[in-house]
Amino acid sequence: MLNLESQSRQQPPANPKKTGLRKQRRATFIFMATTLMVVWVMLSGRLDAFHLGFGVLCSLLVAYLSTDLFATHFNLINLNLVLLEHVRYLPWLFWQIFLANLHVLKLALSPRMHEKLDPHLVRFHTRLESEYAQTSFAQSITLTPGTITVRVLPDGVFIVHALDEDSGNMPAIRYMEHKVAQTFGEDKS
Amino acid sequence: MIWQTIMTVLTVALILGGLLFFTGGTVGILRFPDFYTRQHAAGKLETLGLMMVALALALANLHHFTIPEILTSVKILLILFFIFLASPTATHAIVDAGLRAGMQHWRKPHRKER
Repeated sequence: MLNLESQSRQQPPANPKKTGLRKQRRATFIFMATTLMVVWVMLSGRLDAFHLGFGVLCSLLVAYLSTDLFATHFNLINLNLVLLEHVRYLPWLFWQIFLANLHVLKLALSPRMHEKLDPHLVRFHTRLESEYAQTSFAQSITLTPGTITVRVLPDGVFIVHALDEDSGNMPAIRYMEHKVAQTFGEDKS
Repeated sequence: MIWQTIMTVLTVALILGGLLFFTGGTVGILRFPDFYTRQHAAGKLETLGLMMVALALALANLHHFTIPEILTSVKILLILFFIFLASPTATHAIVDAGLRAGMQHWRKPHRKER
């Protein structure tokens, strides 16, 4: 936490317009307080006035103290859109994870495993720009078709370790990139 | 009554599926030739196995729709969510560390170079 704080102090605010920044801070504050309150209710499980009151107080205090840490990093203005797109993306991702796992399972149990395995590194450039989209894409790659993201270089170059010949094919990776781009509103085509 | 039966069948199916993936993951860790390929088995199969078992537990917990039971199920789902975030991250970090340390990955003996 301390580390984060010093970093955010060194960086100039991302948005030079003062009103925009204030709006962003308010959005961050409301989002954080709500999230904390939901977590509080979930973990305490007591719904009487005393515990709920403490919950409201604590979430407001923590949100107030830590808004500055996140307001410059998060862009919550278009959060609604991104969340809505996630509802469409996640089921597809889970289905892909399931298929990928069946593939790896078949490989692991196959008697001729050593003939089918063909590990190699793939290196490609992504057109995703925001860090959140890149992170999400990297996580998705790790969870699906026999591939693990090894490294993401700062200029958007991905290094991926693929388990066999089928896994590292570019069209599948590009298709997933297209899905992630849609989810984060970065689809320009 | 029918609701209960559906729940039970779904729970048992999920647990069996999860166990299948866990078994596959263990066999994969034992059989795959090198460190990186083993990470594929550990990172992916175990994640899905755990997710299915956790989902089954969350469902099995919901005998009656009372607030404490729903909250317990939601907590299990929360665990599932954090595993979903943490497992790929850990896999990625370990594989990256291996590559940084200069460990060569296993290649097929007569592989065509590209």
